[in-house]
Amino acid sequence: MDLFLLAVVTIAVGVLGCVAWFWGSNYILDTVFPPRGPNAGNNIRRAGMIRPWLFLGPAILFLGIYLVYPVLNSLWLSMRNASSSTFVGASNYNWLAGDAKFRESMINNFFWLLVVPALSTLFGLIAAQLTDRIRWGNIGKSLIFMPMAISFVGAGVIWKFIYEYREPGTEQIGLLNAIVQAFGGTPQTWLTIQPWNNFYLMIVLVWIQTGFAMVILSAALRGIPEETIEAAVLDGASPWQIFFKIKVPQIMGTIAVVWTTITIVVLKVFDIVFVMTNGQWGTQVLANLMYDWMFRGTPDYGRGSAIAIVLMILVLPIMIWNIRNVRKEMR
Amino acid sequence: MEGMAGQKSSLTWLVNIAALVLVVMWTIPTAGLFVSSFRDRDQISATGWWKSMTSSEQTGFVRTGTADDQTQDGDLYVLEGNVLGEGQSLVGWGTRSREPAAYKAGETAELDGAQLTVNEDGSYRLESTAPFEMRRGERIFVTTASPPHFTLSNYSRVLSAEGIGRAFMNTMTVTIPATIIPILIAAFAAYALAWMEFPGRALLTAAVVGLLVVPLQVALIPLLRLHNEIGIGKGYLGIWLAHTGFGLPLAIYLLRNYMAGLPREVIESARVDGATEFQIFRKIILPLSFPALASFAIFQFLWVWNDLLVATVFLGNTREQLVMTGVLRELMGSKGGEWEILATSAFISISVPLLVFFAMQKYLVRGLLAGSVKGG
Repeated sequence: MDLFLLAVVTIAVGVLGCVAWFWGSNYILDTVFPPRGPNAGNNIRRAGMIRPWLFLGPAILFLGIYLVYPVLNSLWLSMRNASSSTFVGASNYNWLAGDAKFRESMINNFFWLLVVPALSTLFGLIAAQLTDRIRWGNIGKSLIFMPMAISFVGAGVIWKFIYEYREPGTEQIGLLNAIVQAFGGTPQTWLTIQPWNNFYLMIVLVWIQTGFAMVILSAALRGIPEETIEAAVLDGASPWQIFFKIKVPQIMGTIAVVWTTITIVVLKVFDIVFVMTNGQWGTQVLANLMYDWMFRGTPDYGRGSAIAIVLMILVLPIMIWNIRNVRKEMR
Repeated sequence: MEGMAGQKSSLTWLVNIAALVLVVMWTIPTAGLFVSSFRDRDQISATGWWKSMTSSEQTGFVRTGTADDQTQDGDLYVLEGNVLGEGQSLVGWGTRSREPAAYKAGETAELDGAQLTVNEDGSYRLESTAPFEMRRGERIFVTTASPPHFTLSNYSRVLSAEGIGRAFMNTMTVTIPATIIPILIAAFAAYALAWMEFPGRALLTAAVVGLLVVPLQVALIPLLRLHNEIGIGKGYLGIWLAHTGFGLPLAIYLLRNYMAGLPREVIESARVDGATEFQIFRKIILPLSFPALASFAIFQFLWVWNDLLVATVFLGNTREQLVMTGVLRELMGSKGGEWEILATSAFISISVPLLVFFAMQKYLVRGLLAGSVKGG
């Protein structure tokens, strides 16, 4: 109950604080530069110059402290030793270059980047196309979209249950092994088979992200002008041709957006690996490796930060691409 | 033309079946967890959850009474009892562990010089002409069938004993302020970016878009150190601030896009009428932006509720402080084989997001479309 009270008080303080700031600062501004009287015009102009910054103030403060400063600080820490006390130059990066676990993580992340966005987009496209054409499409969409609301940890439990292993010949309670055994195969401990275990982990993220891809692509598909499809039908195009030669090319832009959005998610993938294998059996990824250096045993902030900076560098191209797109749009 | 119509209907069939397969594939994993959370431990380890709807067969043995329990019936010495538990029915029985279903109900078998009969209702009668002398009862092997059986006991156990109840409250405490506060801050900023003229506006908008994709990992170490230095340490205040900071770029971006699309005339005419910017914001922009506010609120709620990383770093790891994802993770380590606990805990933790998801799906979809089609 104390906890509940604390939460309520926080909400009240937070909300009232925000309101007090926005209302109060605006009030003061209007008192200092009243928009009436002899200098009204001048005052309105001056107030107009200050006011945006009052509106933006708290946001800029938060973004500055919680996102901009950490990026710069991480860069700085990555060039210092484990406890950040002395400057060590590029030695953390040199260590990364030679570390076997780091190489494994980079390779795994590379395959994650290849497989997950591709499969999610593909399944999303198929799901969008199928559910748009049937009567119970909306229910179908909801159900495929549902994993989106499930936490990565929850999904980890769900899928670990599917991969559950029992001795061959006994009753299998994991769905995958039960199917394998029903077809006469031998049950496997899926999550320890290298290198395929990486793929079994990727499936979890594909399962989560497909719904997202479906929703966006379905909207794009419905936005395609009818005339282009009608013209193709009149010319005798088959459904396959219409889909691959008329529809897909027209939504290429959206596919790219979906692809990059999922790419960002994949780059940061942490929870799934953390709870399902914790990077054992050759499944390490960058985010989990960073967590290891940050928390297991004696924390090494230098190496942890260096890994974080590598992640940041990997995200950079997408960041630049996004900014360019938005600037183009704003013009 | 008839041929084409026929082709079309077979294609419709194909589409329906393909869609059904896809939907089933995407639903089954969650369904398995859901069903398992209502089965008890023995059921889960005995059979796959997909068999829970049909009755299951088990084999086992029951001991008869000992010499002390015998009664006399004329010349015969008799031991009586029942081999069935509650709700079970008899499939077969036997006298050796190798053949637990050698005999059918009502049949009689030889057991160490005595005659054993087991009836349909599970009652047995062991009779002998000589008095029984055994200290331990004879074993009767039985194959029984249990009807589908579901229980809520996992839930009551998990909520009280495994710390899920407490974690549920913790998660709530983290999530609600961390959802509401960024909305307020972002709404004002978004209005300034969308409708006020000032130098640096384009640059700031670009910066927000850039910050959208900054990996959280970069922020962990610096912020943890910062929080420790300024005395916030690990606790709710720290995690609220962190989630607010991390959620702001998306909030500002979504709201700015939405507000920029509001009709210019409404705002211009309000300005002409002498309304202050603050009044315009509060009386016109905020009510009109409700759909976008709702979209972001759902995003942020789902994200904070489902988050593990930020909670592990900025909140402590003791039992009193763990959020649900944290407890779940701990259970996966310590109770890896106890699926009844894992399934139930997992289902409790995903039930709230699922409820929110199904209730507010419209806004979620709208937010997704606004947030990504335009390039985020």
